[in-house]
Amino acid sequence: MMMLIVNLAGLALMAFIIWWFWLWTPRTAARAEQGVVPVTVDDGVYDPAWIETRRGQPITLRFLRKDPSPCAQQVIFEDLGITEELPVGEPRDIRIVPEQTGTYRFTCQMQMYQGRLRVTD
Amino acid sequence: MNSDAPETLHLDIEGMSCGHCRATVEQALRALPGVTEVDLSLDSGRAEIRHQGLSAQQAITAVENAGYSARQTTETEPDASACHDTGSADPASSGTSSVPSGDEIQLSISGATCAGCVRTIENALRNVPGVDEAQMNFADRTARVAGSADAATLVQAVEDAGYGAEPIHDPEQADADKERQDEAHYHRLLRDMAVSLAVGVPVMAWGLLGGSMAVEPGGTSQWVWLAVGVVTLGILVFAGGHFFTGAWKAFRGHNANMDTLIAVGTGTAWLYSMAVVLVPELFPASARHVYFEASAMIIGLINLGLALEVRARGKTGQAIRRLLDLRAKTARILRADGTETDVPVEQVHSGDAIRVRPGEKIAVDGEVIEGSSLIDESMLTGEPMPVRKQSGDEVAAGTLNDSGTLVYKATRVGKDTALAQIIALVKKAQGAKPPIGRLADRVSAVFVPIILLIAVAAALAWYNLGPDPRTVHMMVAATTVLIIACPCALGLATPMSVMVGVGKAAEAGVLIRQGEALQTAARLDTIVLDKTGTITQGRPAVTRVFSAGGDDNEVLRLAAALEQGSEHPLAQAVTERAREAGLSRASVANFQALNGKGVQAELDGDDLYLGNRRWLEELGMELSALDQAAGQIAEDGGTPLFLARGQEALGVIGVADPVKADSAAAIRRLHERGLDVVMITGDIQGSADAIARQVGIDRVFAEVLPENKADNIRRLRDEGRFVAMVGDGINDAPALAEADVGFAIGTGTDVAIESAGITLMRGSLHGVADAIEIATLTLRNIKQNLFGAFAYNSLGVPVAAGVLYPFTGMLLSPVIAGAAMSLSSVTVVTNAGRLRFFRPGGRQEAHP
Repeated sequence: MMMLIVNLAGLALMAFIIWWFWLWTPRTAARAEQGVVPVTVDDGVYDPAWIETRRGQPITLRFLRKDPSPCAQQVIFEDLGITEELPVGEPRDIRIVPEQTGTYRFTCQMQMYQGRLRVTD
Repeated sequence: MNSDAPETLHLDIEGMSCGHCRATVEQALRALPGVTEVDLSLDSGRAEIRHQGLSAQQAITAVENAGYSARQTTETEPDASACHDTGSADPASSGTSSVPSGDEIQLSISGATCAGCVRTIENALRNVPGVDEAQMNFADRTARVAGSADAATLVQAVEDAGYGAEPIHDPEQADADKERQDEAHYHRLLRDMAVSLAVGVPVMAWGLLGGSMAVEPGGTSQWVWLAVGVVTLGILVFAGGHFFTGAWKAFRGHNANMDTLIAVGTGTAWLYSMAVVLVPELFPASARHVYFEASAMIIGLINLGLALEVRARGKTGQAIRRLLDLRAKTARILRADGTETDVPVEQVHSGDAIRVRPGEKIAVDGEVIEGSSLIDESMLTGEPMPVRKQSGDEVAAGTLNDSGTLVYKATRVGKDTALAQIIALVKKAQGAKPPIGRLADRVSAVFVPIILLIAVAAALAWYNLGPDPRTVHMMVAATTVLIIACPCALGLATPMSVMVGVGKAAEAGVLIRQGEALQTAARLDTIVLDKTGTITQGRPAVTRVFSAGGDDNEVLRLAAALEQGSEHPLAQAVTERAREAGLSRASVANFQALNGKGVQAELDGDDLYLGNRRWLEELGMELSALDQAAGQIAEDGGTPLFLARGQEALGVIGVADPVKADSAAAIRRLHERGLDVVMITGDIQGSADAIARQVGIDRVFAEVLPENKADNIRRLRDEGRFVAMVGDGINDAPALAEADVGFAIGTGTDVAIESAGITLMRGSLHGVADAIEIATLTLRNIKQNLFGAFAYNSLGVPVAAGVLYPFTGMLLSPVIAGAAMSLSSVTVVTNAGRLRFFRPGGRQEAHP
């Protein structure tokens, strides 16, 4: 009986991990007000990590890095060819005019910080 | 105030500063019923409204709704002119001294074209929570804000008020800040490590020296271990709190990172141990073992690893230090009234006149308007000889004024200067990933959840298949898997090496623009060099003058007279030589340039011709007397120009584009690397072969029309070769784009050229060899890192899960896992740091 419970619990945990980290998609994403979205970089996460904008509409992501660890040093939009150094405690603007719809990931150098910019029609 | 509106209403409008404010206000007023005309003066900040039946209050409300304030005034009232010195009229902001100098942010304000905006901006800033005082200096368009508000909020507030703002970065200050932060972070990590190890080491030593790590129900050991457990919890919170906050925040965002692994790993060990301490009865006797020391040790070791990484990273960043250090901090501006002021370089505007004294750096890009001096541009172009600059010449930010004093007019400032663009480009390239790093990226993006899954699977496997005590084994295996896995090593493998490699390349004057170029440059086997401007200097000069009649100067004089009107580079070489020889200038009539043939004109009633042999022979001239001289010219790689008067051949002039002094040495370096070097040119075969012989090139594509260069590159690629094309970024753009890697050469400070993957700022071909050397080393470094990181994780994780247990009966300790994990990322960063020691070869040969 115990055996069954432990195994089921383990499998349930694995299913939860898969669902929580991979299958889940957010219902709400941050939208730009007046084109500027402040993004805080701290404690291993971009906040907000999901940002939405419309195609062709310029958006400014204002990154404010609070985490002094070198992991947070750069933010990279691989698909957009953007790399920006983030000084601690000082906002850095990244202006993007998305020309194609799709989801663009932005990450730190090691992919530990992860965020997504979704461009819709 | 009179509510009976007069026919004309005057308003003083505050906050209306510039064209766009004015348009807004005007639109708001015009929209009012009864308004027939609005006359707004930006200078006086005053509006004159002609209307029928409009009340003053209506107008004021409309202005206020548009975001400005207004009050009624009479025409005769003295000009309230908010536009002059709102700032100083306000006692609260009457002097900069009113701003405490403690926590202060400086903003550069844009869009504030008149002083009327000052109050609006100051008010906007003061309304930001946390701001104690805000003060705008209209003269240099800066605002100083004291208080605890962060720069982002302040910028936002100014933008909301309709202006632009950007925090002013004193590069030196920013660097000092960064160093201070890194230092503080480093010390914090060391402190955390010390505290954790202070608890972890004694407990672990106790266990290793034979002390019992087991809990006996009801005994003293239960209380002792409870105390140890509480202290360990303190350690987790104090020294490891950042892992837990990070893990929790990431989890909430459906994200998992390194913090997740550490937090879950150490948390599991602690929770298990605490459960054993509190309710030992639930566990079989053999499983009543505590692992508090593991939690503390792991936190300590990982903090140590992070501290070492901070140090190692600081060194990798030094690669572009030298570029950053080129930036000047201040500039000496000449004001219209003749005074000179030193201002921070951020405050220099385009059009300002700047004086630079001997030994000083040029602060921004500009054009010399006065004086003459030698300028050392080697830091940007790699050109070792100082260049003479005088009125009309361009100077670039970051270059060094040698001996004279210059006054120059700023043309490009801030991020538009060539230096700023180079720095931006290098920084951008440092973040680029060559394709080889993509796999690691894809893996590290899903790495942590996979490790979580493996940990659970390992625990289940131990539970179902493992020997007793099963719960202990479950816990140890899961914890060790979580701790040993190192996404950092994987994630850092490529970017660290690229960062150092690209930085080193920039120091050598090589700008690697794309990650792909870095990778491809390492596996090239064929280098195609354009001749003109790449192997040669690109500035033809007269090498030889031969006259049939014996008067060389007369031949040169007539040729120069003919060529005066021509803009062909060969023509310029001839006139240049005549000028140097001090020959008088004759003027010609009926000048005609015939493309691909030569030029003709009339002088003193005679027809003069200067052109190639084929053309003159077509005209029926006898040139055999000049054959020998012409043959020699061609043999030296020059182009013979024949001069004739009427039907009489007068002489021949040899014009050649001299080979750069170091071309041969650089080509030798390329050969030594086992690369095939090919020359491509529009010249006739004979001249091309001559040049090729001089520099040691064995394969030549001659007589290639410019538009066919790309075809030749394609043909080489079709042979299965990896081909680089080296040429200028404009004329050779299609060929550069067709090659696997394009090198734009000798662009100096014009780095905006995008047709090439690699831009060489100096004209020397050594840059090509340097670039290939750096690329090869960087790629090798990346491969080492990637191999190390993949091997580490793919061996470490299974071992941690216990695959060796059936053979050795040993399970890895979580503490060892913690140490291994810390070391792995430090190793990657340190290995990348080795690239710093790269010195391009062959340089001494080029510039003794």
